[in-house]
Amino acid sequence: MTDQIRDVVRQHARLAVPVEQIPDDGDLYAAGLTSHASVNLMLALESAFDVEFPERMLRRRAFESIAAIRSALEELRGNG
Amino acid sequence: MSSSGDAGSTFAKITQGIGADVAAVHAGAVDKDARFPAEAFAALRKEKLLSAYVPKELGGLGCTMKDLHVMCYTLGLHCANTAMVFAMHQIQVACLVRHGLKSPLLTKYVTEKVVGEQHLIASATTEAGIGGDVRSSSCAVELSGDTFNLKKNAPVISYADSADSLLVTARRAPESPASDQVISLVEKGDYTLERTSNWDTLGFRGTCSNGYMLTASGPAGKILPQPYAEISAQTMLPVAHLVWPSLWLGLATSAVNQARAFIRSEARKRPGAVPPASMRLAETMAVLQGMKANVEAAVADYESRLNDPEALSAIAFALRMNNLKVEVSEQVVDVVGRAMRICGIQGYKHDSKFTLGRHLRDAWGAQLMVNNDRILGHNAQLLLVHKDE
Repeated sequence: MTDQIRDVVRQHARLAVPVEQIPDDGDLYAAGLTSHASVNLMLALESAFDVEFPERMLRRRAFESIAAIRSALEELRGNG
Repeated sequence: MSSSGDAGSTFAKITQGIGADVAAVHAGAVDKDARFPAEAFAALRKEKLLSAYVPKELGGLGCTMKDLHVMCYTLGLHCANTAMVFAMHQIQVACLVRHGLKSPLLTKYVTEKVVGEQHLIASATTEAGIGGDVRSSSCAVELSGDTFNLKKNAPVISYADSADSLLVTARRAPESPASDQVISLVEKGDYTLERTSNWDTLGFRGTCSNGYMLTASGPAGKILPQPYAEISAQTMLPVAHLVWPSLWLGLATSAVNQARAFIRSEARKRPGAVPPASMRLAETMAVLQGMKANVEAAVADYESRLNDPEALSAIAFALRMNNLKVEVSEQVVDVVGRAMRICGIQGYKHDSKFTLGRHLRDAWGAQLMVNNDRILGHNAQLLLVHKDE
């Protein structure tokens, strides 16, 4: 799952550094994730994993790292 | 019309006094000469209102957002320039007291300078070359040891020449991406301002929002410890989008008050006949009532989320605050226009006691000074992921 997340991040997060250089718990915002790009990232994740992030998950912190995204997705899948 | 908040609010009374006795007296000159409303600020300082939003335990007045709303509204009834500068200052104070107090230097600044000396704080968030997006910076904080330096080409710093200090956004470090920003406090003496453009506008002329090349330095402890992204989402944006509509509501109410006075004077001339424009006044009152309800509900929403950073960062809340700014800034032009039609030629004339020229010019600033198209564009994007729950 982490590889797939990294793929989506690579394509949609428009980071200032290559995603390979970012550890799973690395701060994506410090790496250049803008609020504009984070919306695109959310949409791309929803499409790639066939989920919908509920309103309560649409927080800055839920997308702050690859690990945070993973745990959000796992929570959604667990509930599904 | 009664004040927008509690009728008995002390703050409403104090600002009503300053508004009517000082701000209103100089409002014409402030507008005509595009100068800082110095008299009103001397009076506001005397009442310690520049530290209104500082908590009581730090020596401030401990005002709530509702109090700020009432004060901005009340000042807006008398001089939109005074109200706007007051509102912008309170936004800076809110950022400091809600996000800066983990820094001992900033706490000291708040108690000694904001409370003690009634410092006026201006804001340098926009930057030339980044297309008006305050959430990205090109300039960066450069740390050497415990001191930082920064240089910013700021197309607008409102009331910079009258301020005692500035809150400045910049990238966290020279190697940081544009969106990774911090906000720092710089005090007079630690910065120089070189004027690059003038503020000769239709309205809000007394905000003196000139452009400057800012060169500043300071101790690292005056960089607010939280990322600007969080400060912006949780405090700067929502507070701005509450205090501005509050004063625009005051501006609109003032225009409607003028229209009511005009209708009354017409009615007195022909007792028994309802003046024809009375219907327009009735309609206008309904629009004004909607504006007021919108602002007050948003103030209450903000207060209910105040101690919950997650709730303040919610997309639904950001959308609501953006909608409030967009709606009220357009309604204020509508309401002043309605008041103009009611007063007719007496509203159109400069030398009439029902003149609405300054109201109309100031009203347009509400949707142009922070452009509504940009805000709506941002909302359009948030709506791609927002779900109503």
